[in-house]
Amino acid sequence: MSLNKLTIADARDALRKGETTSVALTEACLAAIDGADALNAFCAKTPEIALAQAAAADARIKAGDAPAMCGIPLGIKDLFATKGVATQAASNILKGFKPEYESTVTQNLWDAGAVMLGKLSMDEFAMGSSNETACYGPVVNPWKIDDRALTPGGSSGGSASAVAADLCLAATGTDTGGSIRQPAAFTGIVGIKPTYGRVSRWGVVAFASSLDQAGPMTKSVRDAAIMLGAMASVDAKDSTSADIPVPDFEAALTGDIRGKKIGIPREYRLDGMPAEIEKLWDDGIAMLRDAGAEIVDITLPHTKYALPAYYVIAPAEASSNLARYDGVRYGHRAKLAAGDGINEMYEKTRAEGFGPEVQRRIMIGTYVLSAGFYDAYYNRARRVRALIKRDFDLAFADGIDAILTPATPSSAFGLGEMQDADPVAMYLNDVFTVTVNLAGLPGISVPVGLDSKGLPLGLQLIGRPWAEGDLLNHAYVLEKAAGFSAKPAKWW
Amino acid sequence: MSIDIDTARKVAHLARIAVAEDDLPKLAGQLSGILTFMEQLNEVDVEGIEPMTSVTPMRLKRRADVVTDGGYQDKILKNAPDAREGFFAVPKVVE
Repeated sequence: MSLNKLTIADARDALRKGETTSVALTEACLAAIDGADALNAFCAKTPEIALAQAAAADARIKAGDAPAMCGIPLGIKDLFATKGVATQAASNILKGFKPEYESTVTQNLWDAGAVMLGKLSMDEFAMGSSNETACYGPVVNPWKIDDRALTPGGSSGGSASAVAADLCLAATGTDTGGSIRQPAAFTGIVGIKPTYGRVSRWGVVAFASSLDQAGPMTKSVRDAAIMLGAMASVDAKDSTSADIPVPDFEAALTGDIRGKKIGIPREYRLDGMPAEIEKLWDDGIAMLRDAGAEIVDITLPHTKYALPAYYVIAPAEASSNLARYDGVRYGHRAKLAAGDGINEMYEKTRAEGFGPEVQRRIMIGTYVLSAGFYDAYYNRARRVRALIKRDFDLAFADGIDAILTPATPSSAFGLGEMQDADPVAMYLNDVFTVTVNLAGLPGISVPVGLDSKGLPLGLQLIGRPWAEGDLLNHAYVLEKAAGFSAKPAKWW
Repeated sequence: MSIDIDTARKVAHLARIAVAEDDLPKLAGQLSGILTFMEQLNEVDVEGIEPMTSVTPMRLKRRADVVTDGGYQDKILKNAPDAREGFFAVPKVVE
């Protein structure tokens, strides 16, 4: 098997046994990346950094001091600040920005010996569900069923496409409303959004600070456990980083969920849900029941209001966070006409630098925070958010260990197909995932099957706060039972 | 609640985003559509519910009020579109 197709776990074991080297792994990935420009997943390639890190990792492995991630080649979402390497959040407003600092997550990964292959495209400022808002042009899903190019989902679409196409062993993603889990489902890979506060947000370009969390996107649940352990830390530089030690997530993968209670929320059975999604969900329920778990019908009565609450809260926070892009400190500044003052500089710079979806969200956020509407929209949404979280609290207080739902309302759709749709139609992609961000819970997407067209579909498991190990164990059982092993046929 | 063209113009200005006069009707329509979607929140009984401030119950960390970082002006200015003599430069603000 080509080295770039390995999982993290297999590569780790091969490296430790001396059967391969990080340089060989890295070279295989770099060659795969160079042969995959048609996917448009990488927006910056860093082969020199990669090979230098790989050589250092090989020395470290030889010396016998090798953490699990040592020598593992990764792709990094364009949202993470990487020192001296273009970091643009897929936006023209950050064109040319090369941070003078490293995000905590990527620093943790480099400290563990991981290797950076390059930066991965995404929806602009992580706002989107199809990767079509990226300033680099859309990323293409390696899965293909006819002559159409399909979306890998978003916003972590470059990460999803790169992992599914074996351009890297795994990638970092971020998830504000489903941006790890939806693209993972669309490309047949695993993606976990940890509990809010588990992973430091320091050095991650901010979208909606009360919802954003970074997490791994990987080829297996075991890989997600290994990589999450390396990404997570208690970080003094992020005031919302929780003071809770990071456990050994891989050790939690016992494969035993006998007696665990799995909640099936009735509100997630949407009117008009495709029969294939219903069946996939029923299959997943049967798999967990066969593994000895107890299936319990539960109710999360405020589910319906999660999307509208999210589309008040996230744009409100975004309008505040993105105020920093003013053409003064970094990134793009518009060319000014004679006599233009500072307001013209702001307005022209932001009109040129932000794409249409980002502009819309900033303006919606500005509106819901403006005098006279703050209570009616923003405060009401925050109160509804409290109710959504209470729904989950009550379910967990009743003894539920994990909740099983579909990950997405459909499989991957064609690029450009939503072009003329209402912006709200695109927002519906997040209908099953957004509740988890609002409640700050961990959620994982696991590939479970193919639809009749031959495209991957995923199920989502939602866990108790800080119980990622237990959640990953449930996902591990689901993964084993589903036995999903399909890969996209190489056409690129 | 629907957003008319005047409101769209005002919001664009508050957000410091230049929007051409010709583009305002379409923008107003899209913003209205999104707000209509949000109106569903009015169906929820939120009586007695406090607006959420922190999703995980935690007290923000405190630290001593001392300088712990700094001293690298060149790094701070490195990505600026216009930096002069150790400062960020902007169009004239004071007449």
